[in-house]
Amino acid sequence: MVRDITLGQYFPGESWVHRLDPRTKIIVSLTYIVALFILHTFIGFAFATVVLIAAIAISKVPPKFILRGLKPIFLIIIFTFVLNLFMYPGDVLWHLGFLKITEQGLYKAVFLAVRLVLLIIGSSMLTLTTRPISLTDGIESLLKPAAKVGVPAHELAMMMTIALRFIPTLLEETDKIMKAQQARGADFETGNILNRAKNLIPILVPLFISAFRIAQDMAMAMEARCYRGGEHRTRMNAMHYGKSDALVFVLTALFVGLCVLERMYI
Amino acid sequence: MNTTENKNIIQINDLVYDYIQDESGTTKRAIDHVSINIERGSFTAVIGQNGSGKSTLAKCMNALLLPTEGTVIVNGYDTKDEDHLWDVRQSAGMVFQNPDNQIVSSIVEDDVAFGPENLGIDPQEIRKRVDSALESVQMGKYKKKAPHMLSGGQKQRIAIAGVVAMKPQCIIFDEPTAMLDPKGRKDILRIIHELHGEGITAILITHFMEEAAQADRIIIMNRGKAVMDGSPREVFRSRSELAALSLDVPLAVELRHALNAKGLDLSEEIVTEEELVEAVCRYR
Repeated sequence: MVRDITLGQYFPGESWVHRLDPRTKIIVSLTYIVALFILHTFIGFAFATVVLIAAIAISKVPPKFILRGLKPIFLIIIFTFVLNLFMYPGDVLWHLGFLKITEQGLYKAVFLAVRLVLLIIGSSMLTLTTRPISLTDGIESLLKPAAKVGVPAHELAMMMTIALRFIPTLLEETDKIMKAQQARGADFETGNILNRAKNLIPILVPLFISAFRIAQDMAMAMEARCYRGGEHRTRMNAMHYGKSDALVFVLTALFVGLCVLERMYI
Repeated sequence: MNTTENKNIIQINDLVYDYIQDESGTTKRAIDHVSINIERGSFTAVIGQNGSGKSTLAKCMNALLLPTEGTVIVNGYDTKDEDHLWDVRQSAGMVFQNPDNQIVSSIVEDDVAFGPENLGIDPQEIRKRVDSALESVQMGKYKKKAPHMLSGGQKQRIAIAGVVAMKPQCIIFDEPTAMLDPKGRKDILRIIHELHGEGITAILITHFMEEAAQADRIIIMNRGKAVMDGSPREVFRSRSELAALSLDVPLAVELRHALNAKGLDLSEEIVTEEELVEAVCRYR
């Protein structure tokens, strides 16, 4: 169970989108999110949807895989939809007791739901097509200017790298501890929620202890390999912007331009 | 650099190491006046029971621990000299017991690159070193894999590659096989021998006598002191002294003694299994 977990929600592939510089993808996704807040009509959203579908088609990530990512937030979408549907003042279309649906409310509810879905799919395209480890490198490099004013860019990136590295290790450790406890009669499967939560304590305590022990070993091993923070450090795979990144930036600028025009003239 | 420093990669002079045992500050002596020189290109095994100070000794050779008294000189640099701390650690690489807790990245080749990246080496040179280091531990075809998908022995080979890529003159192996299965142990030991063959000074901390028997020199640690120091032949000759330290001799030595007690006349020189097999086959 532990051996085949996927880290993050990366969908392995070699598409044109996958091969873009991680920094490009981070900047573009952020821009896309901002653009979604510039747009204010359904025509605008239709345009943004077409752009997103084109990006998905190029990335060759199966739509099923993307929709699966929507599942956990489905409840939130429904919740905002219902809230807007019933709570917005305006011309009443339909009412039952104190519940009423207004024309403006219906519009607003659909509008926000569409924005939310585009937002989530748009940002998940970044994590779907970028290895977590490249994502960390990208973040480190983008934060470099901020390092001058005291943002610990390298340290943050190193923490994320190590966290990613240890997810499977800690899962394995949890598995081991659970099995050891079960062998001695611990029961994690029955009882009410409160009882089950209580039963987790004998797993969490040893897990924490072993996490601290691992951290100590790890720090020593890193020191032995001459780790001394981000200064003077070089990277084997230095990132560089290529022609496709330039093209993507031009297209993104074009997209933002059109979004601004939509805001001003439609 | 004078001549003794040229000859010896590591010089330990009258080393004492105390560690703080509890909050009240009471100290316990882990290493008690040890003086050892390690010759360049040699293969030394350090054996001892748990708590004998062998691991502490290893960490002192890499400046992970600094001496309480005495000095440790690595490749001409005093480990106490902060200006040369990184030279010390680059000269004497270290491989730890638990392969899981020394791998930094979730991609094999990125992990091997970690050391050279810390040294600030040119990216193209790093790429070259990573590829050749992975080749030297026969893990070239795994370079894009995730370490958690590999076996313990394979992970330990990655950890060794990570040290080799820093081009150290000496590698200290701190019980590298303790957590591995027999197959993994054999692979790691073979790789240590290969690296030694390529001119790297090897120091193997272990509690397996069979592993130690393959070294040029054995140092036995007991309660923080180096109690025996010599070639495997010299050390295993004193079987009763070893027994007093509750250490076993290798099976081959044990067997040779048993055979000689039955009236055979096998040479005292025999310490490894191969030598014993050879001698028994030729015996008439």
